Amino acid sequence: MQNAVLDGGLADPARDAAFAFRAALDALSRPGTIRQIEGATAPAPCSAAAATLIVTLCDPTTPLYVAPSHDTEALRDWITFQTGAPFAAAKDAVFAIGTWDALAPLGAYAVGTPAYPDRAATLIVEMPTLDAEGAVLTGPGIKDTAHLNLPEVAAFQANRAQFPLGLDFFFTCGARVAGLPRSTRVTEG
Amino acid sequence: MTDQAYNFAYLDEQTKRMIRRAILKGVAVPGYQVPFASREMPMPYGWGTGGVQVSAACLTPDDTLKVIDQGADDTTNAVSIRKFFEKTAQVAVTEKTGEATVIQTRHRIPEETLTEDQILVYQVPIPEPLRFLEPSEVETRKMHSLEEYGLMYVKLYEDISRHGEIATAYAYPVRVEDRYVMDPSPIPKFDNPKMEGAALQLFGAGREQRIYAVPPYTKVVSLDFEDHPFDPSKAPHPCALCGAEDSYLDEVITDDQGGRMFVCSDTDFCGSRRAAGFTGEMSGAQDTHLGAVGE
Amino acid sequence: MYVAVKGGERAIDNAHTWLAEERRGDVDISELSTGQIREQLALAVDRVMAEGSLYDPDLAALAIKQARGDMIEAVFLIRAYRTTLPRFGASAPIDTGAMACDRRISATYKDLPGGQVLGPTFDYTHRLLDFALAAEGLEPQEAPEAVTDAGDLPHVTDFLAQEDLIQREPEGTDTPRDLTREPLDFPTDRPLRLQALSRGDEGFVLSMAYSTQRGYGRNHPFVGELRIGTVTVEMDIPELGFAIEIGEAVLTECETVNQFTGSKTEPPQFTRGYGLTFGRCERKAISMALVDRAMRWAELGEDNVGAPAQDEEFVLYHADNVQASGFLEHIKLPHYVDFQSELELIRRLRTEAMAAQHQEAAE
Repeated sequence: MQNAVLDGGLADPARDAAFAFRAALDALSRPGTIRQIEGATAPAPCSAAAATLIVTLCDPTTPLYVAPSHDTEALRDWITFQTGAPFAAAKDAVFAIGTWDALAPLGAYAVGTPAYPDRAATLIVEMPTLDAEGAVLTGPGIKDTAHLNLPEVAAFQANRAQFPLGLDFFFTCGARVAGLPRSTRVTEG
Repeated sequence: MTDQAYNFAYLDEQTKRMIRRAILKGVAVPGYQVPFASREMPMPYGWGTGGVQVSAACLTPDDTLKVIDQGADDTTNAVSIRKFFEKTAQVAVTEKTGEATVIQTRHRIPEETLTEDQILVYQVPIPEPLRFLEPSEVETRKMHSLEEYGLMYVKLYEDISRHGEIATAYAYPVRVEDRYVMDPSPIPKFDNPKMEGAALQLFGAGREQRIYAVPPYTKVVSLDFEDHPFDPSKAPHPCALCGAEDSYLDEVITDDQGGRMFVCSDTDFCGSRRAAGFTGEMSGAQDTHLGAVGE
Repeated sequence: MYVAVKGGERAIDNAHTWLAEERRGDVDISELSTGQIREQLALAVDRVMAEGSLYDPDLAALAIKQARGDMIEAVFLIRAYRTTLPRFGASAPIDTGAMACDRRISATYKDLPGGQVLGPTFDYTHRLLDFALAAEGLEPQEAPEAVTDAGDLPHVTDFLAQEDLIQREPEGTDTPRDLTREPLDFPTDRPLRLQALSRGDEGFVLSMAYSTQRGYGRNHPFVGELRIGTVTVEMDIPELGFAIEIGEAVLTECETVNQFTGSKTEPPQFTRGYGLTFGRCERKAISMALVDRAMRWAELGEDNVGAPAQDEEFVLYHADNVQASGFLEHIKLPHYVDFQSELELIRRLRTEAMAAQHQEAAE
């Protein structure tokens, strides 16, 4: 238990975080592409990709919502030790982690304000599989069209309809990550 | 204190995380200026502190960095910034556009088409395109939130009625993805069409504490009117050294009799062409007139 | 020679070497030590600490030496160093009421508990160059010392507060926002404005304050009290469960008492402006109090008369000399590209305008 909390952080924090951020940046800049992201290992059920995103992006200034699918004492202790991020309700969260069903409803999260659309939550969605197929994506970062096996389509269409407000998403599975910013238009594949 | 006393890429990890979060939000809302808590850097505000902070947050040890100022790799400030990252991030550096994975630039977009594997980081002095029409940040923020860009169009149209054309030659405003009006930094308007491309573009304004982004393949439209379409014009000359007809040129005064020549502002582009055998009308004369450009 | 195109790297290296040589000056004249600067140019050191936002007289002295006496450059060196320092925590609020004062004057009461303490001030010196100082080696006379009442000197504004004649400031328990860790956004609050003023350029804050005195947002100030002295700095140590003293700092504090005949929301009463700086920076502290008061128009229900000092956006965006001088000086960097695009534009517009004139003349 104790070791699970203390272990699993980035071995070389500055350099590992730099690689992890570039993977995340690439994923969000090019929706539909799937990137390798690893370095951190958190207690189950958190994937390596989600754990690495958390240690790369979260700190004491970013309230984090842990959805019921991931709300274990072991994971909370790990996050506290590795990042110092305070735990918060969905409405106050800058980041959220969980499975798609556990993170619902999306209406609970901050989508930014017209003056400050950046003050919106980023959701880390843990996926059973992650593949560049399924829903059709168009918009910034996408040359023609891209595909991603999103958990559903309607929610992302509703999210896009609020643009420039809205939520931004990372999808994680094992050591892989894909991104979906609020700017992406989604249709059924 | 030795250089090792500083963290990889100079900034501490908490600062990098803060900048990285701002970059991600910038990517998610193309053209929107994300406020960030810019740090005091060991170089003056106005000299690329925003670009340097964005580059520092993006660089990995595997990157190859190119730094240009006015299109050139060897202008003094480009040299200074490149040395800073060589020292603090131990990254490889290059002058070749094609070899770079991260390019930090001031005032130019390279002539060579950028690829999906590259990030272009712009140094931005005044990120707010509406600032010269409305000095108050409170007001311009309101205008962006209401998508109220009439003032900008009025200004551009007044130019047309007075001068017959839009009298903005650089930092020519663009509209990103049909939403935000954005300042492309003081690049010549000749470069504006290059903003729609394969590379990710990040913009950093240190003193003004703003970061913004244009993801790859994002719609970037230079503001214009149906009867006065945008014209990315440049000096109507070929490069005197490499003969290029399609590159942006610097005008160089060669003597006190009003003699002048036009040469590529992108030194890597010009040098590569000359190495490939292209010549301009003064190719042979460069040593006498412009010894400094030769090597 | 300024090498603009090629050879930039060598030019930079050579410039730095030359700069070091110039910094040293004539080697027949003995080198300044940072100790000499700290002790004998103490007010310069204080200004660098105040505007650099870092209390360290030795480092400030080093910065002044390295900057060849260019104060803004010295402030910049300190700021750039400061941002790299790890943060261990925040001190407990300092208690200026418990300050060991070298100087304490009030312009509102002839005498008051604790008395007027003139201290080591330039105020009544005749500004005559003292040629005796040019001859080195003279030992200064020893200043006579008086035994003062031990104990804290009460703040002058407390006396007015007893009569309810001065606006009471709400006691806040929230940790104020940190200007150096969050991007500026408007409207601000008073703690943030005071931070910006405290590290703002002395010349800028002085001019803003002066403009209010000349009628651009006049706020009728009296120096209720100006005090300079040493306070202890304490920090809560969570492991210990109590605060311990971690050091001492010399500070300057100024509270102005401003006439206020009342507004729609506030009854007639005196109001306050507040200034606090590291070191002995009394011109700055007084200026700060006036500008602070000017920016409080909204909370006091006063009219915004459009004075520059009332405009928090104007003041806060332009008070910082490291930002201002960096941006000002960047226009000496190459701008060939923008200039070239302007050249082409002006040539084209001019050709067209000349052609139009000829056309008109012909008609």
